[in-house]
Amino acid sequence: MSMIGLVDCNSFYVSCERVFQPRLNGQAVGVLSNNDGCLIARSNEIKALGIEMGTPAFDIQHLVGQGRIRLLSSNYELYGDMSQRVQAVLGEFSSGVEPYSIDEMFVRFDGFEPGQLLEHARQLHHKVRQYTGIPVCVGVAPTRTLAKLANRAAKKIPAYGGVCVLRAESAETRALLKRLELGKLWGVGRRLAERLAVLGFRTGWDLAQADPKRIRRQFSVTVERTVLELRGISCIEMNDFHEPRQRIMTSRSFGKLTENVDEIREAIRQHGQRGAEKLRSQGSLARAVLVFLKTNPFRDDLPQYSPSLAVELSRPTDDSREILDAAGNALQRIYRRGYRYQKGGVMLLDLIDCHRQQLSLLDTSQSDADRQRSQKLMATMDELNKRMGRGTITLGTPSPGAAWHLRCDNLTQRYSTRWEELPAARAR
Amino acid sequence: MPPEHLIPAHPDPATQALPYPLALGRAGLSGFPSPAQDYEGRTLDLNERLVKHPAATFFMTVTGDSMVSLGIHESDLLLVDRSIDPRPGHILVAMVDGEITVKRYELLGNQPHLCSGNPRYAPIPLGELDCQVWGVVRAVIHEYSV
Repeated sequence: MSMIGLVDCNSFYVSCERVFQPRLNGQAVGVLSNNDGCLIARSNEIKALGIEMGTPAFDIQHLVGQGRIRLLSSNYELYGDMSQRVQAVLGEFSSGVEPYSIDEMFVRFDGFEPGQLLEHARQLHHKVRQYTGIPVCVGVAPTRTLAKLANRAAKKIPAYGGVCVLRAESAETRALLKRLELGKLWGVGRRLAERLAVLGFRTGWDLAQADPKRIRRQFSVTVERTVLELRGISCIEMNDFHEPRQRIMTSRSFGKLTENVDEIREAIRQHGQRGAEKLRSQGSLARAVLVFLKTNPFRDDLPQYSPSLAVELSRPTDDSREILDAAGNALQRIYRRGYRYQKGGVMLLDLIDCHRQQLSLLDTSQSDADRQRSQKLMATMDELNKRMGRGTITLGTPSPGAAWHLRCDNLTQRYSTRWEELPAARAR
Repeated sequence: MPPEHLIPAHPDPATQALPYPLALGRAGLSGFPSPAQDYEGRTLDLNERLVKHPAATFFMTVTGDSMVSLGIHESDLLLVDRSIDPRPGHILVAMVDGEITVKRYELLGNQPHLCSGNPRYAPIPLGELDCQVWGVVRAVIHEYSV
């Protein structure tokens, strides 16, 4: 019987930093975005201080001064490499890995006896931590929707110790579904949850008991699938498993093994394009782009190479051109000749709501209109400076110590990908 | 738990990508890399020899001289493999008081300790608070200035 696992790295960006900076363990640590100095990742300790995602760095700067929190600049090269390592370890202990985000992966387990699987999932949980230093939570179940539920339980309920394996229609699954508000179930948004509540469906369990055909008539095929998935009938594929507003992932097999760089570039371009469209349709901006390639792990007669690289965008954006540019750049850096690639994909990371975005000259979302306005502004500024002397008009220059300058102070090394930035081991 | 207790997902795990793939060699006089070189009969590859577990292998540089008597010098390159379970006699990278240090794992009076190659530094009992193994050093690379 085939089971699906969802592996989620705990406080991933902070955990990556902690692998190489043991002093950060137990500290309240936050990771900042590039230009605007907002919090994009938090340790549990900083969450406990009530500091929210997206908090501007200057609002919490005084806590740094008091030594209560540590803020680091984002280091996507490190995070991308660590993500890759986590995936590689998962690949060794499962029948297949599908990255779902930089810090979440689906894994497939085939041919396990029910009794074996929990022990195996615990091993996998332990091995990822040992090999990479990254702590994870593992949820395993017959369907993706239930795997998500299991993962949530593994994360929130300490008794699970980070690993939860659920069977469909077991007492355990039933108890968890009864405690799950519908709005928190994957595939069910707040508005849909309200409509379902009118009909008396309040918990995951209520929905699992519903008549799928009736649900299909009254709502949609998508909700019907959710009902079936809750009962343990797998019918949602990887590419449909998409939680808006958090991350966007588009990937697909090339259809055949290929080493043709033009074909691969075109596929990556299409993935980037589709990702950007999704981004705009949900009203989000991305801060970073991750590109990955995979060779076929089951062809052990062929050399294996499965690289990925995350690159930070110069500002949060939904502009296809900027995203394609970044994706193309990442592809160029990871592509190597002599390998036959099976699959490639693009992830858009660290999404933010474009309406909530704080506007600054350094960090704006640029629509075409904005861009034209910005170009006009630049041209006017240049003209005035030429006529009235250099420096007459300058863009608001950030003063040293302003939020976006934090980056230089807090940038950590690319410990695992650059010879000149390796961690130092002291012999003393 | 040692790896033999694990149930293999497929009998022969596929080889992993190397963390630092070497550039391809050059074929003939034309100067173009030949893709065929990657498949067979290629030149000796240090990654293949030293990196047994790419996902768990990290590199570090050494600062300080306390391990000289054990053959580890300032600015040597350590190849650290986190997939190895530490045994007495191994050279380890360990977190001691929030600092990454390189030590030798020894049993003193049957108790595990982290020792340095210099009597100036007292052995540290392993398992003490703020002292954790980070990984096992599989190789040390000492480069000469040439």
